[in-house]
Amino acid sequence: MKKIEAVIRAEKLDDVMEALKSAGAPGLMVTRIEGHGRQKGLTEQFRGREFKVDLLPKIKVETVVRDADAARFVDIIARAAKTGEIGDGKIFVSAVADVMRIRTKEMGDGAV
Amino acid sequence: MNAGDTAWVLMSSALVMLMTPGLAFFYGGMVRRKNILSILMQCFIILCVMSLQWVLFGYSLAFAPGNWFIGGLQWLGLNGVGQEPFVEYAATIPHMAFMIFQAMFAIITPALIIGAFAERMKFSAFVVFTLLWATLVYDPVCHWVWGVGGWIRNLGALDFAGGTVVHINAGIAALVTALVIGRRRCLDKNVPSPHNLPFVVLGTALLWFGWFGFNAGSALGANGLAANAFVVTNTAAAAAGLSWALIEWFRVGKPTMFGVASGAVAGLVAITPAAGFVGVVPAVIIGLMVSVFCYLAAAIIKPKMGYDDALDAFGVHCVGGIWGALATGLFASKAVNAAGADGLFFGGSGLFLKQLLAVGATLAYAVMVTFILYKIVDALLGIRIEEREEEIGLDLSQHHERAYTMIE
Repeated sequence: MKKIEAVIRAEKLDDVMEALKSAGAPGLMVTRIEGHGRQKGLTEQFRGREFKVDLLPKIKVETVVRDADAARFVDIIARAAKTGEIGDGKIFVSAVADVMRIRTKEMGDGAV
Repeated sequence: MNAGDTAWVLMSSALVMLMTPGLAFFYGGMVRRKNILSILMQCFIILCVMSLQWVLFGYSLAFAPGNWFIGGLQWLGLNGVGQEPFVEYAATIPHMAFMIFQAMFAIITPALIIGAFAERMKFSAFVVFTLLWATLVYDPVCHWVWGVGGWIRNLGALDFAGGTVVHINAGIAALVTALVIGRRRCLDKNVPSPHNLPFVVLGTALLWFGWFGFNAGSALGANGLAANAFVVTNTAAAAAGLSWALIEWFRVGKPTMFGVASGAVAGLVAITPAAGFVGVVPAVIIGLMVSVFCYLAAAIIKPKMGYDDALDAFGVHCVGGIWGALATGLFASKAVNAAGADGLFFGGSGLFLKQLLAVGATLAYAVMVTFILYKIVDALLGIRIEEREEEIGLDLSQHHERAYTMIE
């Protein structure tokens, strides 16, 4: 099993959710986060002083899928989240040791 | 000059002033979190711009004695508007007190239209449009209804506190807005939820509170008529809030806080033209019925027709205002206000037709001029923001600010 964590633009959440849903993703978790990668330089102002904001609001979408599906879902997220400009975000893929469905105590792929 | 009257009208002016920040929270809670500052900003800029417009030339255009269509220019810069009463408007209070009371109406009226273009209007275009609309739509219609020489005033149609001038006027402008500016792009995917309902409720509370100044203050004196207006205002708001909740309960299964808030505001809108002419039982009927009409407009007709009156400025203010104006023609009674007239249900036959004519003329004029103003401002500045800006939100794209941070 793989966990896909995608850090995306807040305004792309609808597109990503829509794409994952129509591709049959098993489920997803959404968190509002702040962070920065290489993208910096959004300007805000406060009482006449302009300043660069280091931390930008982003959305993290997480989903856990079977190994065989991971590449496909990564591609689907990337396509839905892309604008082509700096700041589109990143997708991290990591191995998941095991999964349990609490209600039935099923383990592994069947619980995804 | 009467000290009690003067104190009440000055106090009422302060109450009505508070309605615009109240409206800011009422509307601000309904938009997505990335747009709340834009709503607060639009309301406060209107407070600034219209306060100046009004003392420099707006008050003169609306209230200086003039022709049937517009006021004269003799009161530019409040020239001649002083501490003595102007008897034809209010014989017992300083002319300046009457002027500043009216200023608060001129401020909140264009602010109501924000509900239609929320989440997608370019800020510069908004400022220019607001100033033009206030000058070319609000000021003339205000003169028609309340100004010396105005044709609706001379006709004898009744509008106690601004059903036609404020609510129908701004409400129909809101519909034109929604049609001209187009739908928010997010609507193709889903209808966004209000981001902060407690703000909506806070705004409703401030509006309800301020509305006592709006309606009871319109008696322009601390007297029995003011007390009548106060009581029927509270009664209609209460009836309408309850009625909206009941409609939801029967139709969808659960009454909602948002529904009660919407209903209360609709009730306040509907009682506005009637507050100084009707008694308490008609106020209950006006309140109970207005939620039926506004619910139909906002929850059933709007989704079917597809126009994006984002926060229901048309559905509540225009629809509720029309009902209030016509209900005044039905329920007005000389027993409540000898200076008024008898409505259809109290033996008078002429008033209802006059109310219809006043409503129709206001609708026609506001539709036409609002449409032309949008076309002009759109050609000069472009009224709508870019798609990317709309996605990022107006707070960051128009003001380089945001309302909420997550960390610290």
